[in-house]
Amino acid sequence: MSAAELSRAPAAEHLRERILEARARRATLDIRGGNTKSFYGEPPRGEALEMRELTGISSYEPSELVITARAGTPLAELEAVLAEKGQCLAFEPPRFAPGGTVGGMVAAGLAGPARSAAGPLRDYVLGVTLLNGRGELLTFGGQVMKNVAGYDVSRLMAGSWGILGVLCEVSLKVMASKVKTATLTFDWDEPRSLAELARWNALPLPLSASAWHEGRLRVRLSGAAAAVHGACRKLGGSMLDPGEAAAWWDGVRDHGHAFFRPSEVELSSGECLWRLSVPSATPPLAHAGLIEWGGAQRWWRTRTAAQEVRALAAAVGGHATLVRAADKSAGAFAPLAEPLMRIHRALKSAFDPDRVLNAARLYADL
Amino acid sequence: MSARPEDESEEEARRLARRSEVAAALARVLPGPAILARREDTAPYECDGLTAFKASPMLVVLPASESELSAVLKVCHRLGVPVVARGAGTGLSGGALPHRFGVTVSLAKFDKILKIDPNSCTAVVQCGVRNLAISEAAAAFGLYYAPDPSSQIACTIGGNVAENSGGVHCLKYGLTLHNVLRVRGFTADGEPVEFGSGALDAPGLDLMAVVIGSEGMLAVTTEVTVKLIPRPELARCMIASFPTIESAGQAVATVIARGIVPAGLELMDQRMTQVAEDYVHAGYDLSAAALLLCESDGTAEEVAEEVEAMRRVLEDCGATRIEVSRDERQRLKFWSGRKNAFPASGGISPDYMCMDSTIPRKRLAEMLLAIQAMESKYGLRCVNVFHAGDGNLHPLILYDANDRDQHRRCELFGADILETSLELGGTVTGEHGVGVEKLNSMCVQFSPAEREQFLAVKRAFDPAQMLNPGKVIPTLARCAEYGKMHVHRGMMPFPELPRY
Repeated sequence: MSAAELSRAPAAEHLRERILEARARRATLDIRGGNTKSFYGEPPRGEALEMRELTGISSYEPSELVITARAGTPLAELEAVLAEKGQCLAFEPPRFAPGGTVGGMVAAGLAGPARSAAGPLRDYVLGVTLLNGRGELLTFGGQVMKNVAGYDVSRLMAGSWGILGVLCEVSLKVMASKVKTATLTFDWDEPRSLAELARWNALPLPLSASAWHEGRLRVRLSGAAAAVHGACRKLGGSMLDPGEAAAWWDGVRDHGHAFFRPSEVELSSGECLWRLSVPSATPPLAHAGLIEWGGAQRWWRTRTAAQEVRALAAAVGGHATLVRAADKSAGAFAPLAEPLMRIHRALKSAFDPDRVLNAARLYADL
Repeated sequence: MSARPEDESEEEARRLARRSEVAAALARVLPGPAILARREDTAPYECDGLTAFKASPMLVVLPASESELSAVLKVCHRLGVPVVARGAGTGLSGGALPHRFGVTVSLAKFDKILKIDPNSCTAVVQCGVRNLAISEAAAAFGLYYAPDPSSQIACTIGGNVAENSGGVHCLKYGLTLHNVLRVRGFTADGEPVEFGSGALDAPGLDLMAVVIGSEGMLAVTTEVTVKLIPRPELARCMIASFPTIESAGQAVATVIARGIVPAGLELMDQRMTQVAEDYVHAGYDLSAAALLLCESDGTAEEVAEEVEAMRRVLEDCGATRIEVSRDERQRLKFWSGRKNAFPASGGISPDYMCMDSTIPRKRLAEMLLAIQAMESKYGLRCVNVFHAGDGNLHPLILYDANDRDQHRRCELFGADILETSLELGGTVTGEHGVGVEKLNSMCVQFSPAEREQFLAVKRAFDPAQMLNPGKVIPTLARCAEYGKMHVHRGMMPFPELPRY
């Protein structure tokens, strides 16, 4: 991967021209991959900057555990190529709908059920080539596992929602798919489930996901066959049919379950989908909803006022994101205190001084 | 370029006047004994683990609380005084090298473990707590802190955050970044700030990812929340002998390609093995061209399964001898030579320079052969010990720093290794950081626009550029100078001229 190679790609040159031209007009561009996450965060605004022309897997070496792809490459294509070699994106990025792109995945920085065991998307970003708001094509990081040359700008791009640059190419660390997977279920209430999860968390068990919803705890074990069998014996519970289990975890990962998708009627009545990120050992909170990541991610369906939800999350050392709502005037993401907000504004200016890229997608004044 | 003598004395006079002014201002916010000004008191702070670079700090201060630290930063910010934060001083790239007109802030007094929480598997510790002390405190709960830099007995968690330190087990368990949830600290102007959170993420940009590994350039860390993980039931180490460097390199790539993630995968070349064996008597096979140390950890069943899988790969790749540790005592013995590689090398040469580049794993053998060729080119010996599983190299170039010509050849040798690493698709530093040591190499790795973007990131956190100025990111002027002087592949301009 290099900026020099990419700069010769007509699609990248076209993006650069669009940025320079928009900057001259003081216009805002809405960086658009598959348009599968436009519901998440603050509403997109400005003229669409289509990324679908900049596609293709630039290099993939299974023995190096690294794949490099241009940003407009469909995520489904990337996952299929990895699966052929028995590899995967360990953090299980949510897809929400078909058509998402690799660039959109990195910009959103979201992870699925495997997050608590596998780590966030950010941990798997090894390098990026991006166009900043001045139309400069820059490469940070690379394709190697350990790299501390300069600030880790490539990982800053994970979850930046496009406000700092247009991702053109990304290198990701990939992992071998787990040999064996099993899902156990336990009919336990919320307090018991949280307590058991905390206890298991401190034991050397191959836990790869957990979700509690409506009186049932499901845990997924993944790893070497011996480790999974051993853990199943240790934990008890009932084994879920593998096909049923896979479909259920996909429903959590991609928000396929009805719980994650309030109807138009429900939304217009003021019901919202919230994501609370809290320390995993936090005891039961005001609402139960759906609990993932060993207690660290809690999804709520509620009409409770935004301020109140955010205060409840902050009181336990967490924060709350308004994911689906008819009215997001309270802000999609939890507001930042100083000096963090000052640093955010300064970083935005450092990468995109004229606010050409995804203006207001993360916070209104960025 | 050395200054004329009268300039030096003028500079010294200016420095002494400035020292009095700053010391007086700091005396209003710190108790007297926490301010060190006399040369004999500040001497221990003149360098870090990279002893080839030394500078005398204008002042050293030892704040004992966050409020004292904040006050120090506010004074320095108001007076425009550079601030160099310092942990245990074990860094290997000169990141804690003092500034002659700056204040070195020792964080040694921030040495409390504030909380070990077995429910959330986290620990909250002050920045001056030693890396190993965290694992020792967590042991009562069957937990430990995974990153284990070889200096873990002395280095502090604050320094680990600054450098994004790794260690022999980071192949499986990750670097500092992957094991930290929250970093609390102070901005250059003395405001408290928190990156990350006690949860698994925080709102807004992932600033913690930039702060970790920023070498004290963006904020001063005071407190860190780390993840603790359950100590594995069992660990076994295998030592495999290979008849050639190429076959050992191939074995590393094949282990990874088969989807095995060993807890550690280290390579030592024959000369390093000999040096380590003489030092610790671990019983290494001295006839092998290269040794691989592979560790497996987990439950007894997992370890048995993985050891067999690794044995098959190593045999397929031509291992001539494989030994598996029988018990914990033997496992530690297997590791002892690897863990003492640096001090052992110190015993056979007056000085050594440790390189730290990372390359794609499949190029390991190629790189080792290139280094062998460089040994004859520069007339210096080099011993090799690698975090092979990560492709992170630590060639140690042996030389005598008192011999100017050897020193010069050593620097050329080092630059050649770094540039070859870049050509092979790698990076100039995998875990030791840029500091002052690799500033020139940054000119080669990054374009002017990329370096300008780095400098803009620095200004976003520290607009007045008071934190650790002059480190990590070279200025455009410095790179222009280096470009003119640039010595490609050891070919000095005018090689016949003497240089000192």
